[in-house]
Amino acid sequence: MIEKALIGGKRYWTLVGVLSAIVFVGFLFYLRQLNVGLGVTGLSRDVTWGFYIAQFTFLVGVAASAVMVVLPYYLHNYKAFGKITILGEFLAVSAVTMCLLFIIVDLGQPARAVNIILNPTPGSILFWDMVVLNGYLLLNIVIAWISLDSERKSIAPPSWIKWVILLSIPWAVSIHTVTAFIYNGLGARSFWFTAILAPRFLASAFASGPALLIILCLILRKFTKFDAGKEPIQNLAKIVTYALILNVFFVLLEIFTVFYSQIPHHMHHFEYLLFGLEGHNTLVPWIWVSFTLAIVAMIFLINPNTRRKEKVLAFACGAVFLSTWIDKGLGMVVAGFVPSPLGTITDYVPSFTELMIAFGIYGFGFLILTVLYKIALTVRKKIA
Amino acid sequence: MAVNRRRFLKVAGLTALGVAGKPCVDLIAPGEALMASSAKHEAKAGGKRWAMVINLKACNEHKDCTKCMDACHQSHYVPDFGPDNKKDEVKWIWQEPFHHAFPNQDHRFVKDEIKAMPMLVLCNHCDNPPCVRVCPTQATFRREDGIVMMDYHRCIGCRYCVAACPYGSRSFNWRDPRPHIKKDLDPELPTFPTRSRGVVEKCNFCTEQLARGKMPVCVEACEAKALTFGDLEDAESDVRKLLAENYSIRRKPELGTNPEVYYIV
Repeated sequence: MIEKALIGGKRYWTLVGVLSAIVFVGFLFYLRQLNVGLGVTGLSRDVTWGFYIAQFTFLVGVAASAVMVVLPYYLHNYKAFGKITILGEFLAVSAVTMCLLFIIVDLGQPARAVNIILNPTPGSILFWDMVVLNGYLLLNIVIAWISLDSERKSIAPPSWIKWVILLSIPWAVSIHTVTAFIYNGLGARSFWFTAILAPRFLASAFASGPALLIILCLILRKFTKFDAGKEPIQNLAKIVTYALILNVFFVLLEIFTVFYSQIPHHMHHFEYLLFGLEGHNTLVPWIWVSFTLAIVAMIFLINPNTRRKEKVLAFACGAVFLSTWIDKGLGMVVAGFVPSPLGTITDYVPSFTELMIAFGIYGFGFLILTVLYKIALTVRKKIA
Repeated sequence: MAVNRRRFLKVAGLTALGVAGKPCVDLIAPGEALMASSAKHEAKAGGKRWAMVINLKACNEHKDCTKCMDACHQSHYVPDFGPDNKKDEVKWIWQEPFHHAFPNQDHRFVKDEIKAMPMLVLCNHCDNPPCVRVCPTQATFRREDGIVMMDYHRCIGCRYCVAACPYGSRSFNWRDPRPHIKKDLDPELPTFPTRSRGVVEKCNFCTEQLARGKMPVCVEACEAKALTFGDLEDAESDVRKLLAENYSIRRKPELGTNPEVYYIV
């Protein structure tokens, strides 16, 4: 089936070319980081995780959200999602690949990454994250490939795949839960030290992932002959709506606990994030944009009249995606480090090199997505 | 020999889990809530438990003295990126104001003398070290004598331990440290391996000194005799005597890490 990716029109090759160029540029910047060390990033002794780990965290959510199309289709036999299930699974493959790359580029000694496998340490959550992420990648590749291949041959998929698909459902939840555990098992960092973190991660994932999927479906309808159909998009939109409301609710729960209890070392992180501390307010404008976008999106999504208009829906989905990206991809990780355990406030801004490397990884993810979607759509077209 | 709690849990866990075995028990072990306040690991009979007692009053009498820090950083080839580069900074033992070292003890009316007192901070060599718990490669580990160590060759530089440490005791080599090492080294001191970029480092309680039956270099360098190092398992040791005779505090004991650096205020 892979050969289907090699036959395409001008538009396809232009996209592949542009994305490859982005990957190449990102790779050049990565060579610089390899050469000098992580000192080329904006990270410091106090803020030791930043943009890379935040992108990793955000993309785990995008990957996990595939379960929102897989579950209704396979567990509830909701046929309308049949057409887009493969898109969700391939999106997961692309997102998990980006996650793994973001971890690799964040390592000080990437050549030693296999030490995690050579010295398996079940007490470390990072070990489990490695296990669940790689497992999830494998599950989605197998499921999507076998299903698509059966479709191509117009035969029923082998019966064993059903069990693999069933396994992938709790597995999707596990990847984001384990990712939350990386953070909320640390007594040293009050900002993350909250049991709501995993549910919050899942809620924001089930909002941002399907929102991205809706946007992708609309793009595919505009530029290809593939039409996901009105009904599945509307139902995805309902999933986005519920998940977004839950996410906002969870954030408000957190804010209540922190500000009503008034425990200083819990409050300081939120004060830094929401209002700034001692004149340091790098994240403040971002986080308020994130809140505003979430509220605006909620208004458009809850109202069925606006939600049904696909142009408005596309805008709302864009707002949801951007809002959750700011929340997780910018604020969540950095605010955990400021103030430091010693009370110092160190601002963090990703360096240009850091941004270019991240850009390269996103380019690689979208390159994989383009190729996989191309294969899926070509197979579908041939059958039709 | 009595069966202690940890050993009992291990045996019980192994029996219950059958083939799943030790890794699973180790996974549960960090949550042993009841043990958090007391020693998590019990030293073997005749075993040692190294600890440090810092007499802040004695230290404060030599306010501008930096001998312990200099001795440590020189003998361990800790790079110096200059006072203006806080970003790449690597440090093993340094001074913090009271409200940074003991944020939960701070209030408006803390004695001026204490407010102005520089607090020496270093790795606490916790009995229940969160850095060891989170390390995915066991590059940081706890020795039986309580010292929390780093294997610079195994560390992958994920910095999970840095995130887990409640004391900010860990530094990461953001750049190649070697060009920034001060060369004027005492030839009498044992040589210590320099580090490469991309690994985490911290105080090691001078294991290289202890192996030769010597005291840590910071302790030796302190002319005020403000630093005392010794074995907590030995009731006659200087550290035990100091702790018995003086009221001492530790940094963030409420986190259950059981730090082994004690401060006499």
